[in-house]
Amino acid sequence: MELYELTIHEMNELLKARKVSSVEAVQSCLARIEATDTRVNAFITITGDEALKAAAAADQQIAAGNIHSLTGVPLALKDIFVTKGIRTTCASKMLDNYIPPYDSTSWLKLKDCGAVMLGKLNQDEFAMGSSCENSAYGPTRNPWNSECIPGGSSGGSAAAVAAQQAIATLGTDTGGSIRQPASHCGCVGLKPTYGRVSRYGVIAYASSLDQVGPVTRDVTDAAIMLGTVAGHDPLDSTSVAMPVPDYTRSLLSDVKGMKIALPKEYFIDGLDPDVQKAMDAAIETYRKLGAEIVEITLPHTDYAVACYYLIATAEASSNLARYEGVRFGHRAAEAKNLLEMFMKSRAEGFGAEVKRRIMLGTYALSSGYYDAYYLKAQKVRTLIMQDFLKAFEGVDVILTPVAPTPAFKIGEKTSDPLQMYLSDIFTIPVNLAGTCGISVPAGISQSGLPIGLQLIGRPFGEETIIRAAYAFEQATEWQKQKAKL
Amino acid sequence: MKYQPVIGLEVHVQLKTNTKIFCGCSTQFGASPNSQTCPVCLGLPGALPVLNKKVVEYAIKAGLATNCAISPRSIFARKNYFYPDLPKGYQISQYELPICVGGHLDIDGEWGTKRIGITRIHMEEDAGKLVHSDIPGLGGGSGVDLNRACTPLLEIVSEPDIRTADEAVAYLKKLHQIVVYLGICDGNMEEGSFRCDANVSVMPVGSDKFGTRTETKNVNSFRFVKQAIEHEIERQIELIEDGGKVIQETRLFDPNTGETRSMRGKEEAHDYRYFPDPDLVPLVISNDWVEDTRLSLPELPEAKFARYQSDLGLTPYDAEVLTATRELAEYFESCLTAGAQPKMAANWAMGEVTRGLNDAGLSISDCPVTPLQLVELLQLIEKGTVSGKIAKTVFDELWQNGGTAAKIVEEKGLVQVSDTGEIEKIIDEIMAANMGQVEEYRGGKDKVFGFFVGQVMRASKGKANPAVVNELLVKKLKG
Repeated sequence: MELYELTIHEMNELLKARKVSSVEAVQSCLARIEATDTRVNAFITITGDEALKAAAAADQQIAAGNIHSLTGVPLALKDIFVTKGIRTTCASKMLDNYIPPYDSTSWLKLKDCGAVMLGKLNQDEFAMGSSCENSAYGPTRNPWNSECIPGGSSGGSAAAVAAQQAIATLGTDTGGSIRQPASHCGCVGLKPTYGRVSRYGVIAYASSLDQVGPVTRDVTDAAIMLGTVAGHDPLDSTSVAMPVPDYTRSLLSDVKGMKIALPKEYFIDGLDPDVQKAMDAAIETYRKLGAEIVEITLPHTDYAVACYYLIATAEASSNLARYEGVRFGHRAAEAKNLLEMFMKSRAEGFGAEVKRRIMLGTYALSSGYYDAYYLKAQKVRTLIMQDFLKAFEGVDVILTPVAPTPAFKIGEKTSDPLQMYLSDIFTIPVNLAGTCGISVPAGISQSGLPIGLQLIGRPFGEETIIRAAYAFEQATEWQKQKAKL
Repeated sequence: MKYQPVIGLEVHVQLKTNTKIFCGCSTQFGASPNSQTCPVCLGLPGALPVLNKKVVEYAIKAGLATNCAISPRSIFARKNYFYPDLPKGYQISQYELPICVGGHLDIDGEWGTKRIGITRIHMEEDAGKLVHSDIPGLGGGSGVDLNRACTPLLEIVSEPDIRTADEAVAYLKKLHQIVVYLGICDGNMEEGSFRCDANVSVMPVGSDKFGTRTETKNVNSFRFVKQAIEHEIERQIELIEDGGKVIQETRLFDPNTGETRSMRGKEEAHDYRYFPDPDLVPLVISNDWVEDTRLSLPELPEAKFARYQSDLGLTPYDAEVLTATRELAEYFESCLTAGAQPKMAANWAMGEVTRGLNDAGLSISDCPVTPLQLVELLQLIEKGTVSGKIAKTVFDELWQNGGTAAKIVEEKGLVQVSDTGEIEKIIDEIMAANMGQVEEYRGGKDKVFGFFVGQVMRASKGKANPAVVNELLVKKLKG
């Protein structure tokens, strides 16, 4: 077995026992990246030299007897996390030459544990997309089938884990951007409750929806990663001052008596038959494990996608205003005056999807339309939130598919943005409600692509969904399936 | 036709906090460009704002001092527009739910007492500034200095209750005095710590419909505000009389010409696309916080002004001068605490002390004569140890070289002579030497009396008690 195939907890055992070194682990991953990334294109920037140096330091730390679950473990970050001194592009031409002077809180926390960063991962530009095709650095390919998308926007994060290039990665989830690619790539993807993890240093797409989370090979690793990055950050006013539980203590295979709910709005006609089959099997598994399955209704589900695209684009139009070429990033050459410099820099720096969303958001916020669009969307958002809170009065976990279909072909939906927007139909409500969700492997389609299962928990109910996900993982073999590259 | 101006003011008050409103950078004025910046105030990707609690405290103070209600819940909004000195592409401000609402100030003047409504007070961040000059390395271009970006401001918006330029200035002066008293603003208008936008319109007298208004931006002295408003009223009336129409626009005041001029060539439609800032949670202010802040407020000028008259028996004029600045009032009150008579302390604080400070170009906080030193001197006057005139000499000595009044009087032999025998002796000598004048006086020429007083005082080197001198002179001259 190669070192790059290990999980975090497996590698931690070997490092602790001094059977392998962090330098060997990093070398193994770097070799794997070199061997596979021309086909996958998961990385925008590879920081091999820095990684080896950090690994050597981690080895010294281990030798001194100071070892955390992540010490010496090779990880990679979505290129949306700013990293001091290391180019951070957000997959945009706008930030092609941008080197941040500070570190994001999430990365700092990992670094403080001695984790090693291999590089920065591909994504949809500014996290806008459901396929990882909207990158200035070309699309990432699904390691299970290179003709297919890995999902978006954290496609690089999921593909790197599935392609066994990094042991685990961090992504961000605004409307499903961790759970959906994790599902398409056969990984575990966790979107924590809004406010659970600091957003400081995460390049903002839609501030009220963005949340940081891990993409990993199994549920245990997700618990380790979440436990490391979660917690209050004085630099992020929206991060919540609640103690961080030890999530690894939730790793129990016991779900007896747990009430698992199926929202009828998520099991509609027209759901891909392979996905439907995987869901049926998963429900059966939970039944066998002793969980109680109940049906519920989340009546405002239909409005979630429209609501999301108003709120997210409105916030994005404002968040992306800072990219105008004055202080950093791309500046158009030969502008005749100030206004032209702003306009040309933005016209040249942003890709089509980003421009589309900025225009949508600008429109939704403009005077005369604010009440009809933005304000109305906020009201709908409250109703969606209430749907979930009401449901959680009677149940522990809500089970749904992650995506309506397995990964689709590259280019298949790029000409039809509205079709693309529906890829996140089952994940978006969780972001609007601000609660947590996890995606776990639950099947393989007839065409050989992974299918994920989504477990949604109440706000700050990460322990419960981790427990339910772990029980499922232990009872099935899906997590052991690997992409053959 | 007769016209009635309608004026509303928006005042920007820069708060005297040590750090910026949404980050920990220093707010010190005058540092080298961009030396006081961080990812947050530079608007770098990924950076997030965190609210400075001190700013909220100052805003509550301003609200309480201007009779506003403090909102238990207020919200920060983004005001979106593009300008190179605005790093994020939006300014964080308050919009629909500001921190203070519905206050008022009473202004006094030839119009009597008039109440000016305060619509709202909200908190916001300032922008940076552009520097257009031959900066080395810029190749003749323009530079952006973001030291000022993210410094805390309060915007205090009045109702359109003001009718003349003089009322506007009275309102502004009162507001200025309050924020300086509260210690929340240094009041430095030249550095832009206190500046105002004037909204002016005119309508026919008797009309109930306001005319189209113009906004004159960033006027930074009381004199300029008066000039700008007066010019704008005149300009608008002339325009209407000539059959023209006032257009709603932003104007600039030019101190060189005393006139306002259009800032933008054409009417510009602004759509700021305000919406609640998702990076900042709603600001919740407990009643306890408001009440604790209320207790921490200093006595405000209006209350002091009233108290100085009712409790200390000072004239309205004295009370006004003494309460003009918090520092002078505090100096005066320290004198009272040290045991001075109010009227005497008032006269000296307004007289010698203020004169000395003006001559030396000092502020009262740097006054070389402390209240304690002054009161000691005043007590010597009361006891009759020195005359008021000699006291001024002693005061100068205290100012120049320090020390105590008693010691100076003793060392320089300045003790007042009230001994009748000694004074009589001097008078006799002077009368003997000036018999001609004595005859004149006795012949009915009363004016000569002053000559004798002067001679006696000179002979005693100013130390003779004037009251005693007068009394004895009358007796002796009349024979």
